[in-house]
Amino acid sequence: MSVSENAQGTRNEILARNRSSAGDRLLRALRTPSGGVFILLIALLIAVIAANPSFGEPGSLIRFIGRTAPIAIAAIGQYFVIVSGEFDLSMGSVVTAQVFIAGNLIGDDDARVLPVLGLMFVFGAFIGLINGLVTTLLKVPSFIVTLGMMLALLGMVLYSTGGAATGNPADSFRQIGRGGIRDVPVLEIIPYPVIIFVVTAAAALWLMRRPYGRTLIAVGDNSRAAALTGARVWWVKTRAFMLSSLSATVAGIILVGYAGVHPSVGRGYEFTAITAVVLGGVVLGGGRGWVLSAAAGAFALETLFTLLNFLGVESTWRDSVQGIIIIVAVAAAAQTWQRKRRGASSRTHEPTHPIAPPPTVGTNERGI
Amino acid sequence: MDKEVFPLESRVNTPVVLSVSGLSKSFFGIEVLKDVSLELRSGEVHGLVGENGAGKSTLMKLLAGVHHRDSGTIELSGAPVDFSHPTQAHEAGLSTVFQEFNLLPDRTVAENIYLGREPRSGILVNRKAMLERTRELLDQLGITSIQPSTPVSNLSVAQQQIVEIAKAVSYDARIISMDEPTAALAGPEVELLYSIIGRLKERGVAILYVSHRLKEIFDLCDTITVLKDGEVVGSQPASSMDDASLVRLMVGRPISAYFPEVTPGTIIGEPLLEVADAGNEQLDSINLALRTGEIVGIAGLQGSGRTELVEAIFGAAPFTRGSMRLAGEAYTARSTRTAIQHRVALITEDRKSQGLSLNQSILDNALSVIRSVFPGRTNQARQDAPGVFSSLEVIARDLDQEVQYLSGGNQQKVVLAKWLAISPRLVLLDEPTRGIDVGAKVAVYNLMRALAAEGKAILMVSSELPEVLGMSDRVLVMRDGLIAGELSPTSTEEEVLQLATGARTEETPS
Repeated sequence: MSVSENAQGTRNEILARNRSSAGDRLLRALRTPSGGVFILLIALLIAVIAANPSFGEPGSLIRFIGRTAPIAIAAIGQYFVIVSGEFDLSMGSVVTAQVFIAGNLIGDDDARVLPVLGLMFVFGAFIGLINGLVTTLLKVPSFIVTLGMMLALLGMVLYSTGGAATGNPADSFRQIGRGGIRDVPVLEIIPYPVIIFVVTAAAALWLMRRPYGRTLIAVGDNSRAAALTGARVWWVKTRAFMLSSLSATVAGIILVGYAGVHPSVGRGYEFTAITAVVLGGVVLGGGRGWVLSAAAGAFALETLFTLLNFLGVESTWRDSVQGIIIIVAVAAAAQTWQRKRRGASSRTHEPTHPIAPPPTVGTNERGI
Repeated sequence: MDKEVFPLESRVNTPVVLSVSGLSKSFFGIEVLKDVSLELRSGEVHGLVGENGAGKSTLMKLLAGVHHRDSGTIELSGAPVDFSHPTQAHEAGLSTVFQEFNLLPDRTVAENIYLGREPRSGILVNRKAMLERTRELLDQLGITSIQPSTPVSNLSVAQQQIVEIAKAVSYDARIISMDEPTAALAGPEVELLYSIIGRLKERGVAILYVSHRLKEIFDLCDTITVLKDGEVVGSQPASSMDDASLVRLMVGRPISAYFPEVTPGTIIGEPLLEVADAGNEQLDSINLALRTGEIVGIAGLQGSGRTELVEAIFGAAPFTRGSMRLAGEAYTARSTRTAIQHRVALITEDRKSQGLSLNQSILDNALSVIRSVFPGRTNQARQDAPGVFSSLEVIARDLDQEVQYLSGGNQQKVVLAKWLAISPRLVLLDEPTRGIDVGAKVAVYNLMRALAAEGKAILMVSSELPEVLGMSDRVLVMRDGLIAGELSPTSTEEEVLQLATGARTEETPS
């Protein structure tokens, strides 16, 4: 037994020797737009704290994370779709629809919270399924499919509500968005949205390391090649749309907590999520970018808005700022990308060597 | 395609039109070209060979003004030049035909050729003059199969390549450099290219010709310059070299057997794949049996249905009639996924657009098939990866390097590795050695022999006849979606071509 364990150990060791070290990978990642967003986020945080030192207090920071959680979760959902080479514009309307469902079906009855939660997840998955199947099987560009879905859902909600706030879910449900674990040392409170965000991010990170996640990126990079490796491209992409709608559902559940029930909740969420993803260095068209960078993009965006707020810029500028960011971020990513390609020779001529040379010819190093 | 078709006069006395000396170029501190010198004479075809990464492309790009040299001089007919933009090179009479096409698919042949310098009458484009000039140009080159008014998207890949060459000629170029112009060509199109080059020579144009196909180099070139690791390791008249000496210069070591012998102990066994009366829109009446341990080559012209045949067996473009059996059991390749579940592998013709996710790492690419179809085996395959890459002799920074930064040969090995991960029973190879260097070619051949020895069945499509004849146990020749006939590997290239072009069936035995 120990022999096979040894052999196993050796095989892992050989594998490790032929991969980049964790430090190298981190350094290389930081040089990509997907890594750069973390540096941007840190710089913005420092700027905000400089403008308003009280923002840097732990309790204040954790509340900020809680406030940003829904958009960060939505950005993670949007990431799955964008990295597979598609768009999900229906996200904001899914949030609105879910807020409406929660507000009207739960009412004051605590006993209905769990069944309605279940229904909301089924509804979210269903919307994603429709988006995905129409995009992949009927070959309608996802831009159009999800735009149609966005308008259809919004229209239904507006019809049902007459455009006004209706319904008010039980307080136990609203606690998901506004409550938290109290009496925590240092932080005072850990809001539930923070916990939901951490769990979502961890799950997303795990999923992107699974065969599904790697296949999703491969599909976004080159769907023809992925299809020829046996990937069911339609199903891989459809699941990404379902993940996106489900994350919009989670965002909606949190938003009911502090935003309440109104047809305007969730409006513009798709664009904020796309801006966050793009700011996270995820390439539109797919195949590049890291899932946590999308979340970091959301935090960077919200931090920027906080900074502008502290600097006395009126919040009505928010849309304009977001619009400029989305253009600049896409342009910057395209430039970096082209520069990388033009400078491709630099990588070609990095020191290379035979992969896993057998020990007997280990001395026969082929240099550059 | 015989050498005698275009008698090569001695051109030693023609004037030097391009003289390069002491050319060096570094990218980020690493020297890619070191002190390269060469001379091109008017009417000379000058072969530039070397393994991938030897610096051929960089040299061409320096000449074309795409990159700028670090040191050295480039002289055109004795006058030093210093291009900072490709347009300047064109204006000076130096045109380049790159491997990647630069054509607008929805524009006509004439519009593509005269893009940006259309003949005008007043402020409007004079379409009539443009079409006439294009017609004249094509006539001069002996191209009758392409009409100036045809949209480029209606042309075959081979015809597009010809348009690219015509475009280069249209600049009144005195020097044309061509990067693997035959990579997309087969049979008669290669002959057309030969005749175009013959005509250009007569007009005194000097041609710098990059190719991996040694036969072409010897057929066409007057002088051969060999690059290795950025340096010129030899520059001699073609007549003073042969295959063996050229390969030795390129790789720096003799390659004892270009096509390795059958591995001892290889047994051709039971039929593994049987196809009966199968067909679809492109194929008809396909009958074939492929046995374990056997390598069967498929020859034929571009568009004869070779690629379609392997794609049908692989389920990428399935048969709509007929039946297949795999290891005695009914096998219906409805999709690529079903094929892979039956452990059938297809190494596609175009590795960049069909074989690889270029932005992903070597490891991710190598695991892609396993992850899509057998996700439960991912960890096992990941641990196997170093061994597989070691046996394929892949050279890279490490397994986390993105495949776009690898040379063609190493990229092809990554494609092979991802298929080896499923331990395929049937391996379909479509142009497995296109655009890769000699060393990598030999590695592919060795792998094919090793797989055959393990009892796998191999079906290989190739446009390179020496490869088909050198590697196969049997050769199937395709024509117009049918299997036109079967030949033994001892047949000559002429016999294969006769079958492929239909020359043989038409001239019934006298």
